[in-house]
Amino acid sequence: MGARQREISVSEFFTKNRHLLGFDNPRKALLTCVKEAVDNALDACEEAGILPDVLVKVEVVANGEAPLPPSQASRFRITVTDNGPGIIRQQIPPIFAKLLYGSKFHRLRMSRGQQGIGISAAGMYGQLTTGKPVQITSRTSARTPAHYFEVQIDTKKNEPLILEKKQIAWEFPRGTQVTMEVEGRYQKGRASVDEYIEETIIANPHVKLTYLTPEGETKEHPRTYHELPPAPREIKPHPYGIELGMLLKMLQDTKSHSVSGFLAADFSRVSPRLAEDICKAAGLSPRARPRDVHGQASETLYKTIQSTKIMAPPTNCLSPIGEKALLSGLYQQIKGDFYTAVSRPPAVYRGNPFVIEAGLAFGRGPEQAQESQEKKSIPLAEGEAEQNDHELARVIRYANRVPLLYQQAACAIYKGVLDTTWRNYGVSQSRGALPAGPMVIFVHMASVWVPFTSESKEAIADYDEIRKEITLALRECGRRLGAFLRRRERAAGEDRRRNIFELYIEEVVESCNRLKGGRLPTAKLKEQLQKMAMRRTGGEKTDEILGKNGSGPEGLPHSIIVTPEGVEGEVPALNGDAPGEAVPSNGGPEEEGKAGKPSRRTGKTSRRRRGKRETAGKPPRRAVRRKA
Amino acid sequence: MAQKARKPSAVEKKLVSVADVVIAAAQRRKDPTLAIPVRALSNVTFNARNGLIELGKRKQARSFFNVGMAKKFMQTVLVADALCELQRANLTTSLREIYYRTKHTIKNSHENTLDTQDESDPLIEDLEVTLAALREELHVRAENAGSVVGPLVLVDDGDRVDCARLGKGGYSVPSIVEPEYLQITRCTADFVLLVEKGTQWNRLSEDKFWRSHNCILLTGNGQPPRGVRRLARRLHEERQLPVYVLVDNDPWGYYIYSVIKQGSINLAFESQRMAIPKAKFIGLSSGDPESHGLPRNVGIKLNDKDIARARELLGYTWFQKKSWQEEIKRMLSSGLKYELDALANKDFQYLTKKYLPRKLKEKDWLD
Repeated sequence: MGARQREISVSEFFTKNRHLLGFDNPRKALLTCVKEAVDNALDACEEAGILPDVLVKVEVVANGEAPLPPSQASRFRITVTDNGPGIIRQQIPPIFAKLLYGSKFHRLRMSRGQQGIGISAAGMYGQLTTGKPVQITSRTSARTPAHYFEVQIDTKKNEPLILEKKQIAWEFPRGTQVTMEVEGRYQKGRASVDEYIEETIIANPHVKLTYLTPEGETKEHPRTYHELPPAPREIKPHPYGIELGMLLKMLQDTKSHSVSGFLAADFSRVSPRLAEDICKAAGLSPRARPRDVHGQASETLYKTIQSTKIMAPPTNCLSPIGEKALLSGLYQQIKGDFYTAVSRPPAVYRGNPFVIEAGLAFGRGPEQAQESQEKKSIPLAEGEAEQNDHELARVIRYANRVPLLYQQAACAIYKGVLDTTWRNYGVSQSRGALPAGPMVIFVHMASVWVPFTSESKEAIADYDEIRKEITLALRECGRRLGAFLRRRERAAGEDRRRNIFELYIEEVVESCNRLKGGRLPTAKLKEQLQKMAMRRTGGEKTDEILGKNGSGPEGLPHSIIVTPEGVEGEVPALNGDAPGEAVPSNGGPEEEGKAGKPSRRTGKTSRRRRGKRETAGKPPRRAVRRKA
Repeated sequence: MAQKARKPSAVEKKLVSVADVVIAAAQRRKDPTLAIPVRALSNVTFNARNGLIELGKRKQARSFFNVGMAKKFMQTVLVADALCELQRANLTTSLREIYYRTKHTIKNSHENTLDTQDESDPLIEDLEVTLAALREELHVRAENAGSVVGPLVLVDDGDRVDCARLGKGGYSVPSIVEPEYLQITRCTADFVLLVEKGTQWNRLSEDKFWRSHNCILLTGNGQPPRGVRRLARRLHEERQLPVYVLVDNDPWGYYIYSVIKQGSINLAFESQRMAIPKAKFIGLSSGDPESHGLPRNVGIKLNDKDIARARELLGYTWFQKKSWQEEIKRMLSSGLKYELDALANKDFQYLTKKYLPRKLKEKDWLD
């Protein structure tokens, strides 16, 4: 028996358990590969203080046969190019072909990647399904040459195998390009590559992203926010966030010579004085050597730390999107009538600081409202009237700016949305279901350590502290939505009132005339009734209530309201690219759109699944005008 | 419209008055308002003296300049217009045709004047009550949903109808049986038997029960329509015939009987000319299964709805007689209801040959 026991390498383990990393089926695998590469690119750019400019290309690989249409193809080549700082030559093989190798695991700082598994796992998946190595080109500056590598992973040893390495001439002055060939399936819709790209853009309006789809389309997403998010700082662990085992390990590894010094130096928010207090309370000499604290003593120390009152960890390690940028992302990517964004103040779970941000886009936008108006000109037959579609809201979830596309139901965000009583805010909601309505709910969790339920990072674990913050953020969004809906309702009500009387007067007068045998001075009766109608609906005052004189979205901070008359609230301007950025040369179809007015990705937003809503409302007025 | 100088009928004048309300209000810059009597349990009272359910005095205002009522007001005027058109053309029509006649899309909008017939039907009833005009006078008819056989001769549109010579099928009772339309020329029967169910009426008709007991057999197939009720009332009033009601033994049967006897809540304004306060409940009584030896297994368990309805009946003022309270409570305590058809368990002709003769002989009925 003993002879058969042997060590298992991480790579071997994950080869067999690839579903743990998000490679359970070909469709998801394709998404995971794209996601890992894009996340790495964005992390690299942001860390180096560069506004990211990313090109994603997914193409069908014919594999010797006649090329298949993308929906039927089973092999794809993914290429992700960024304008980041590049990677030095020696680091390239381990980064791309060694699992659990990375810069992000050991530090406490907010970043997309955490464990150093992602990109190498993607490469390993490609190697497993197609046998092809990962190709990397990287250049650190215009003065240095670009390095080209082809690497594979030695699954037994979890070590990189370099198949090819050379210096090449590269068109870009700086950056990294990764190419992988993987087995996958390209299908649009929910949890697709396209959706991932769209959602990424919403939470990262500072990114310029060009996506070349397998179908040969070029989707260009210009930068809509020209500031990099503030660089997050690295912090030391907070005493509340560690477990006993971790403390023991830290006691062994520390460079400090005394326990009190160790506490003060290796943890955040522990001052030398507090460290001495803790030692005293734990019955330890502050001078004791950390390596000498074992067994019972260490446990007492641990318990004392947990029961001591310590200030919450610093929050400058976080880099939330910010209300302005979030609003900008939502406004540019989703068609709607109302947008709002909320950033909660930082909070702490298990000693890890985090920030919850929530946003909301409601409605279908003025264009579609007009469309449905036009459709309604045909008289309706019995039973044909108002088919109220009860579509449910869409929840888009993010962790450290990365969209989460799978396992919605297991996620604390989804539960938070369900737990919010949307009915209080004028949105209908069945028991235990998402609220109904044309609505996109955005929730982002930024933290130094996002507690995922699995390695494939699909759902956020349900900590009470996190849930509470999510709920509070959603409630604030809901309150603002409620205020907006009430205002709109009131306006529509006034409008309807006036319309009703105007419409019905005609009918009543006609009928009366017929009853009187056609001998009625109809014009006079009509005028008398109309005068009364005008008086009763308040005449010009109604316009004021309707908000037609263009006052801002009162009392609704960080919100945008879109009406057929225009836009209220601070709308982010969409200028040309800021200076100092590489301007790509491909003149895609979207290019002209950038010149003047904001081009909203109307056709491509995920609203396409939605049915038309019949909005009882105003007749179409002027064309959309925007205070851009 | 303005053809010959025809003298407008009283009903026509009443309908035109709806237009007058609007015109007069507009002139005085007032909100045009119709006062419509409330048709609900809260606005009916049982008059123990004449044994009728009567409509109270409460009225609801339907005004035009009220967002909630504007549409209804407009529809009411439209319906009045359509009814007036009927008067002038001297036609009768159905509720559904009124609905179609008044339905159109409002100018400059996508809105229909009416969406379903459910909207126009109550408006006609509203106008009936408000204008104190009977549905027949408004020239609106329901479907023919009743039959009659027996020693009775009628004249309908000039045709002589001898109800003793119409085979098993009998004469189909039209919805309007007012003397202008239908005359009773001869009637030699001793009483009227109003049967709830068409199937049992068929049984009696086939067995020529009317001949052996010299009676008129009437049915309304369930809740009897106005025509049947009105015909029974006319026979009762003009020919002094007693009316016996034969219904299933369930709360719905009791209620059918009470509608025939005292009038209904919804049409309380018509009690005066429809109700037959002296009508008798001949069966099926909750005591009958025992006295006629019906086995328990032909009963049907009362469901929740039945029980709730029976409890409601117990509360109605016109069911307060001791005998009636006992009758309903007996059904509730047995927990079973019986259909008339269940009598076939004993014999196909049990109803004709045994049950009714015995009931009539023993004068075993409830008042």
